Amino acid sequence: MMSRLPRRGLAQAFALVVILLVDRAVSPQFFDLRLQDGRLFGSVIDVLNRGTPVALLSLGMVLVIATRGIDLSVGAVMAIAGAIAASLADSHGLPLVLTAALGTGVICGLWNGILVSLLGIQPIVATLILMVAGRGVAQLITEGRIVTFTSPDLVWLGNGGVLGLPTPVVIAAGMLLVTGAVVRGSALGLLIEATGGNARASELAGVGTRATILAVYVWCSVCAALAGVIAAADIMGADANNAGLWLELDAILAVVVGGTSLFGGRFSLLLAMVGALIIQAMNTGILLSGYPPEFNLLVKAVVVIAVLLLQSPRLAGAARFASIAARFRDAKA
Amino acid sequence: MDKSPDPAPSLLEVRGVSKNFDTLRALQDVDFTLRAGEIHALLGENGAGKSTLIKVVTGVFARDAGNVRLDGVDIAPRSAKAALDAGIATVYQEVNLLPNLSVAQNLFLGRQPTRFAMVREGEMRRRAAELLAEFGLDIDVAAPLGNYSVAVQHVTAIARAVDLSARVLILDEPTASLDRHEVEILFRVMRQLAARGIGIVFVSHFLDQVYEISDRITVLRNGRLVGERQTASLSRLELIRMMLGRELAETTSERAAARPHQARDVCASFEGYGKAGYLAPFDLELRHGEVVGLAGLLGSGRTETARLVFGAERADSGQAKVEGKPVRLLSPRDAAQHGFGYCPEERKTEGIVADLTVRENIVLALQARLGLHRPLSRREQGEIAMRFIRLLDIRPAQPERPVGLLSGGNQQKVLLARWLATAPRLLVLDEPTRGIDVGAHAEIIRLIRELCDDGLALLVISSELDEIVSYSDRVIVLRDRAHIEQLQGDAIEVSRILAAIAADASARAEGGRP
Repeated sequence: MMSRLPRRGLAQAFALVVILLVDRAVSPQFFDLRLQDGRLFGSVIDVLNRGTPVALLSLGMVLVIATRGIDLSVGAVMAIAGAIAASLADSHGLPLVLTAALGTGVICGLWNGILVSLLGIQPIVATLILMVAGRGVAQLITEGRIVTFTSPDLVWLGNGGVLGLPTPVVIAAGMLLVTGAVVRGSALGLLIEATGGNARASELAGVGTRATILAVYVWCSVCAALAGVIAAADIMGADANNAGLWLELDAILAVVVGGTSLFGGRFSLLLAMVGALIIQAMNTGILLSGYPPEFNLLVKAVVVIAVLLLQSPRLAGAARFASIAARFRDAKA
Repeated sequence: MDKSPDPAPSLLEVRGVSKNFDTLRALQDVDFTLRAGEIHALLGENGAGKSTLIKVVTGVFARDAGNVRLDGVDIAPRSAKAALDAGIATVYQEVNLLPNLSVAQNLFLGRQPTRFAMVREGEMRRRAAELLAEFGLDIDVAAPLGNYSVAVQHVTAIARAVDLSARVLILDEPTASLDRHEVEILFRVMRQLAARGIGIVFVSHFLDQVYEISDRITVLRNGRLVGERQTASLSRLELIRMMLGRELAETTSERAAARPHQARDVCASFEGYGKAGYLAPFDLELRHGEVVGLAGLLGSGRTETARLVFGAERADSGQAKVEGKPVRLLSPRDAAQHGFGYCPEERKTEGIVADLTVRENIVLALQARLGLHRPLSRREQGEIAMRFIRLLDIRPAQPERPVGLLSGGNQQKVLLARWLATAPRLLVLDEPTRGIDVGAHAEIIRLIRELCDDGLALLVISSELDEIVSYSDRVIVLRDRAHIEQLQGDAIEVSRILAAIAADASARAEGGRP
């Protein structure tokens, strides 16, 4: 792993650096940081803070995709968890609010996981069900209104700070550490990669592939629920129609940009989060540049294609061929 | 080989064709002659080279050496389409047509009769009905193909191929999913086509059908030609010997000196174990330090036995016991927990996880057995992997190499290592030497003997009867998804195994023919 990771992350690191430099070019103050009321402010912090929901989603999504699955319902799960948190925030304490919201995430994940692993439904179809139905559930919880709240505890989750950093960033970093410890500290990582690489062979090797698949869908929904709570806390309200809308696509994009194949197998938690940061750094850059945000989508497409090409073994082969051809030309000249 | 005068001119001639995949010699210097108007059966066990030969002839693979002539003209098709244009059509077991389109559309796809750029549906249907009538099929050609039985779909595929002016028709296991009546429809069509002068290559593992329909038989083994015979003058015993028996060039392979036959402890036993429609109930005792060989033709129930023993299929009758205690084997996971291991025949699809490293593939079963909460550290994994890389001489000796990049023989060793790392009590090996080059072949057999000396119980499936005879303490002969005979000690001889398989087949043929 040690020998593989640096080379594996090269394309992503390169892309992130280039985008940050472009951001710096369009907005000279991009890397400026200032301390105000014990909190750090600046565009870089902004990228981290705004990127948190997608980063959390991609943390769960990367595990699902590593098993050769996909979870389209994460945006809807965000909406449900946000709605529950917002409805309970002013009448109950933070522990209960969080337990209820994350517990809902567990239930959503069990639903997805059972459809996929026990009933054998294709992941894209199985999770499409909750993607559609989940938003309806969220609207039922909010009764079609935007539920607002004032509970300072919950607001702190979205707008507070820890040691100068925004709370969401600290939570996302914490989740990365927890997930990394669970996945790589136990045998789960190996079993996930084996299941995604060849489910039949893994099952015949005695791997509990169904339990493994169930587990990753549950974890993915828990991450989504947490992202939903943070998104609700950020705007001090729950909007069942728009919370997490289309974010499942950003999360899938982040995972793919992070180098995990949609055909399952090898995955990297860290690179998936880097993928999320790449996407957010682009969004922020376009806002700062003053271009209309509509450009965002086009630029995103271009960057994604660039990162995927950088990872492509065929292109690497072509590049090698080009360099050999160049050397040949030089030798002749 | 065939001494009788040629009844018809050669249509397709394959001469000295070879095809290698890396170090694996899939075809070596193979000849094959198809005459106009004959039905020629191409036989051999899995891995004998039938598919490779067909794919070379139909342009799916490029040959490494040799010639293919059609009507005396050298051809080298580069794609299935080019082969079809040359006049060689192939119909596979899975019909490659579009079940959602009508029968007529399937027949004329890509060459629909048109007028003013409009498809003439009526004309197309009329011609489709005419075409199928030639094959004795009177069906509604406007209905979707998927509404009809597999036999009708096969005949449609054949009709399409023949109508595209094919002169050579290759049928790859066409009867595998057909019932008796449907087979008769297909055979009638085949005879009609042969009468028209089309040469038909018939690949099948149903020997009764081969004897019923074919004029001539060519047998391949291990990528080599064993021989070509007239069907009428070839006995079943001789045919089975050609398919399973010792290779012509090979000298005697002697049976390992019988180990002192002491009373060994029973490791696992199965009583009345079976699954309806899958494998007839069988009794089986596996003892420590003993190799039990499973012999039989393809589809006789060898792999089915292995999968029931390992819990990959659930038995619906009988009782399994491990060290005398009743157990339930509901999944491979259960079997692994009881100390069983299984190296499946389909190494690539059911064995290795190609993207993972040698190290990860080796520790996978052990880690699955230990569970999530007892992870092997990277260092432990590395030590286990290196131990088995050395023990089994896995090459290259790089634990961090993706296993998909290794040769077949080394992949097989990685699978063996995966189970040996779990210190199993019983190991089930399904065709452990299939698709492996000669050197690795001998090593795997040596390993099987050593493992057995260490007290492991082994259940080994192989199409190589010489192999089975050389290492087995007992041999169970199977046919038609049932265990029919058990041979022990000095009774284990290639000839007796062949006789057991063939005696039954001919008895059946005499009794079963109308």
